[in-house]
Amino acid sequence: MAASLPSSRSKVVTTLLVAPAGLFFLFLLILPLIVVIIYSFGARAEAGGYAPAFTFDNYANLPARGQAFINTLTLAPLGTLLTVLFAYPLAYFLAVKANERLRTLLLVLVIVPFWTSQLLRYYAWIMILGSKGIPSWLAWIGMTDVRIINTPWAVLIGAVYGFLPLMVLPIYVSLEKLDKRLLEASADLGADAPRTFWQVTLPLSLPGVATGSMLVFILLMGEYILPQLLGGGKVFFIGNALVDLFLQSRNWPFGAAVSTALVAIMFVTIAVYMRFVLSRGDTRRAALV
Amino acid sequence: MTKPAAIPDISFRGVSKRYGDVVAVDKVDLDLSKGSFVSLLGPSGCGKTTCLRMMAGFEQPSAGEVFIRGDNVTGVPAYRRPVNMVFQHYALFPHLNVADNVSYGLRQRSPRPPREGIAKAVDEALSMVRLSGYGARRIWELSGGQQQRVALARALINRPAVLLLDEPLAALDRKLRHDMQIELQNLQRNVGITFLLVTHDQEEALSMSDRVCIMKDGRLVQAGTPRELYDEPVNGYVADFVGKSNFFAGTAGQASDGLIKVALVDGMKTAGRASRSTAPPRQGDAVLVSVRPERIRLAAAERDLPNQIAFRAEAKVLNRIFLGEQTEYLVAHDRLGEFMVRSPRQGNQARAFEIGDRVAIGWPPDAALVLIKD
Ligand SMILES: Nc1ncnc2c1ncn2[C@@H]1O[C@H](COP(=O)(O)OP(=O)(O)OP(=O)(O)O)[C@@H](O)[C@H]1O
Ligand SMILES: [Mg+2]
Repeated sequence: MAASLPSSRSKVVTTLLVAPAGLFFLFLLILPLIVVIIYSFGARAEAGGYAPAFTFDNYANLPARGQAFINTLTLAPLGTLLTVLFAYPLAYFLAVKANERLRTLLLVLVIVPFWTSQLLRYYAWIMILGSKGIPSWLAWIGMTDVRIINTPWAVLIGAVYGFLPLMVLPIYVSLEKLDKRLLEASADLGADAPRTFWQVTLPLSLPGVATGSMLVFILLMGEYILPQLLGGGKVFFIGNALVDLFLQSRNWPFGAAVSTALVAIMFVTIAVYMRFVLSRGDTRRAALV
Repeated sequence: MTKPAAIPDISFRGVSKRYGDVVAVDKVDLDLSKGSFVSLLGPSGCGKTTCLRMMAGFEQPSAGEVFIRGDNVTGVPAYRRPVNMVFQHYALFPHLNVADNVSYGLRQRSPRPPREGIAKAVDEALSMVRLSGYGARRIWELSGGQQQRVALARALINRPAVLLLDEPLAALDRKLRHDMQIELQNLQRNVGITFLLVTHDQEEALSMSDRVCIMKDGRLVQAGTPRELYDEPVNGYVADFVGKSNFFAGTAGQASDGLIKVALVDGMKTAGRASRSTAPPRQGDAVLVSVRPERIRLAAAERDLPNQIAFRAEAKVLNRIFLGEQTEYLVAHDRLGEFMVRSPRQGNQARAFEIGDRVAIGWPPDAALVLIKD
């Protein structure tokens, strides 16, 4: 339809459609990002905040917050991986094994936690993982001195819990649209069920795994509440370091440098992901065959 | 049960398949003899695909037994059966290229054949379907006909006991379809593997196969060579399904000298023979007299018809179509209705009949088959 319109008119329509989102991104993402990058080369004012300067000191100083980077860059990928491991079987069950009614019920159950605030749910986990929760049950069966809350494990458990739905749904979709005749073709050619899974089902569901991992990884990289509540300030992420730098020590330029580094890492991740998905574009396009 | 001289590649013994209340396949007995090209022919929903899926092992029969080369494989899963299938929409693996699709079956074997052996077999299989050099292509870079041939190569590389083809040509256009029919026949002769082709296109079935099995409502109505089905159908259903025929309803009368008298509507009478494929109808049975269009004679007047005639009447030419060697007439009889006649072109006959002409029609007794309906 659009093609039949005079091109000047269709341009106006396009502009109108894109403008709100474009303005939103320009003023709330691009411009602030430029400000942050400019700040990252500045100096800390006497009383905190920003003083104009041009120095690389803030970047040279990044190792001072090395632990935050190490925590984030180990726990975010690990959390993503764990979420995949929990989400895949569930998504597989939903898409392949469950009957119609059970599937609907379980899909709703997967989404239900989103109905309450994430903050509240993490407070609940503080109870569950705290000394009166699971550790006390473990003590009851003889495993004393188990500490979960305020350890990396608590953060990982929280990550899997919090992001499971985001991982399950894309994997579910990719498994759901998988052509079941391909599985029969595989069996017909002599592959038993496990081999068919490894050679057909899994490769064809990787785009869903990639999409889910991407979502979860990016959200985990920027996470603040999760390490704050379940890590108890002991397991802190870059997000916690930023809050500290901007609000407590008021070293804005250093905070800006840490932010810029985080954004750069995310960009690289997205670029790698895009390459991966594009190189597997075959599976997507061929799904139409 | 006596064993036949050669063990059939696949046998069904009293195989039935029920889905709830639906009887998809009903007590089918079937033998596919080695190296033959067999078609399974029947209207939509008659159970063809279900039969094929029970051979491949995707479905298990509700009753009866399936044998592959004499081994009872009832209950054996698909991946352990030495048959391969070409799916209707090919079901090629989209994440694998052509060569990896074709080698898939070999790579499932244990021990796994050596890499060079697989590569060589893939090259052979691809050249067999005239796709040499396409190994590195992605699936969606192929035309429909090429995908079809990859699916064939992927199945045949395993040297199955039987190749099962479920309407493999249905998605192709007319021209390509014809080419693939010839190619399939050649392929079958070259590899010597038994082919079982499911189709609901009777011309395809008759032109390609050594044997045709006709199904209806889950039952196997008749199996035989195309010629047997055409000349000796067991009932009106088969006669109607295989080629064109004219049918006249009536009641079977006395039989003598191999001829059965039939009382047609309005007190008209004729006679015909029973099919050699089945027991003759009994006196009083409701029957159909089936006469093939090419067996009906046309003449300008009744006295011009040959002597040996079981039925003669006057009719009027309604339509005429030249088919080259033959001319097809549609003629109308005032009580029997319209029927079709095909006359060979006669070099010495001065004139063909024109639309509106009154003609005499007749047929010899052995041209009329007296059949039960179905
Ligand atoms: N999984 C199933 N569940 C219930 N009924 C089924 C199932 N598969 C087939 N049927 C029924 O069994 C009958 C035979 O189906 P089948 O697919 O074998 O027919 P077909 O001869 O292959 O038809 P077509 O020419 O349309 O492909 C149909 O009535 C169909 O509805
Ligand atoms: Mg079918």
